[in-house]
Amino acid sequence: MTSDEALVLMRSVLRQVAPEADLDEVGEGETLQEALDLDSIDFLNFVIGLAEATGLEMPERDYDQLSTVAGCVHYLSTSH
Amino acid sequence: MPSLGADMEAGKVTQWLVKPGDQVHRGDIVAVVETEKSTIEVEIFENGTIDELVVAEGERVPVGAVLARLSARGPELVPGEAPPAPAPPLPPESVAHEGGRRPSTPVAPPSAPTHPLEAHHAAVVSPLVRHLAEQLGIDPGVLSGTGPGGTVTRADVERAVGAPREVEPLRAQTGRRGPSSPFARRLSSELGIDLAALRGTGPRGAVTEKDVRLAALAARPKETTPQEATNEDRQAAMRRAIGALMARSKREIPHYYLSTTIDLSAAASWLEQANLERPVADRLVMATLLFSATARAVKRVPEMNGFFIDGNFVPSGAVHLGVAVSQRTGGVIAPAIHDAERLELEELMTRLTDLVKRARVGRLRSSEMSDPTITVTNLGDLGVDEVFGVIYPPQVALVGFGRMKERPWAEGGVLGARPCVVVTLAADHRVSDGMRGGRFLTEIDHLLQEPGKL
Repeated sequence: MTSDEALVLMRSVLRQVAPEADLDEVGEGETLQEALDLDSIDFLNFVIGLAEATGLEMPERDYDQLSTVAGCVHYLSTSH
Repeated sequence: MPSLGADMEAGKVTQWLVKPGDQVHRGDIVAVVETEKSTIEVEIFENGTIDELVVAEGERVPVGAVLARLSARGPELVPGEAPPAPAPPLPPESVAHEGGRRPSTPVAPPSAPTHPLEAHHAAVVSPLVRHLAEQLGIDPGVLSGTGPGGTVTRADVERAVGAPREVEPLRAQTGRRGPSSPFARRLSSELGIDLAALRGTGPRGAVTEKDVRLAALAARPKETTPQEATNEDRQAAMRRAIGALMARSKREIPHYYLSTTIDLSAAASWLEQANLERPVADRLVMATLLFSATARAVKRVPEMNGFFIDGNFVPSGAVHLGVAVSQRTGGVIAPAIHDAERLELEELMTRLTDLVKRARVGRLRSSEMSDPTITVTNLGDLGVDEVFGVIYPPQVALVGFGRMKERPWAEGGVLGARPCVVVTLAADHRVSDGMRGGRFLTEIDHLLQEPGKL
């Protein structure tokens, strides 16, 4: 998956989890949870959405990496 | 019009999912109602046949008003008899369905009139997407969603507009004839659209109402999106509704507040272990444990669980745990997880995830909105240490969990760091006092020390 594809996927999953949230509002170094007011259940739904779309397992220890835009893009583009 | 939360005074029927003659069963979703705070799917609590829809789509009526009439027996309408036309003042959307059928109903085979809801059930649509679909004259109920879980996405709607023929057979069944319908002609003159310039997508190239609306939409300058104005109105209405209820709570309920810091080491390591073996969709979050402990604890301290009505406390046998969900557009709603104290953690997690998801996209059900017996808020997820709650009348208690974080913890003369959470209780002094409240918090603590038993 390219970085652009990863971003597209993140956006589409995020739209289902939090329709009003906008990925562009997330600053560099900010976590999705902070920037978009995602609670733990929203974030889990986000991870579930990514896992379903990619078939990746996404263990809990990877959640930190998935919680920033750059980290998530890197994770998706290197492991899928 | 059911009361969908104590702060609701009126609601607007935005969509009927049934029509006269339809058979309905207890639990079927029959209408979509918009309140100041959310969009709710209204369930029916009787079996029977719809005789009459009293309130038209788009109409706003107070709580308690009759929405529809139902007869307990089988259908009374003879086949072929047209259902009564809805009363005037109708919004244009309704006039468009002058054939007496919603455009979505033809997708159900005529031989199966008892399940008119299935087509709608298949389509999960967020309010934003639904709004877009309405603007474009598309019925999202007939689209097959490509989003997660079959959700109809913005892209699905846009695609349907781009390929009108995909949905047009449904419109064709409403029996429009000729190059343009009288309604399309009237609409076009109202909207200032030149009918001759339009390419018709209807049967035999007829210009349909939708073609006119699409042309009008395309001609409209981008800045004036009516959606934004509506959202602003709704925001204001929502703040008023919340304000009125919270003012009533502060005025009538003599609150008292207690707090306890709970060591979550046992819960956290149990959770980590449990999640190691689980695929992502089955994983639990700490909130599930906290909520389960709350629901089980309140069963043992019944003064916290129920309603204060007409000067008396009415305890509830069941624990319907209201979960405060903040809406990203502002405001908070607290739908209920029914019989939460009896649910296994996995089931509670599933319900919680589903509830939060639906709360976000505005697809809660009426039964969830009307009867929480105690409310819990997990605001700590978003970073605060403690929550000082305001009770939702007529409930008598609200439990708040702060953020789970490592804190210094002294035990047996040894100082260490442990994951902790501060749990707070706001309770009603008319019903209980601090000792019982303290007992309740202690119960929650004890239950969280043995997470395997939850």
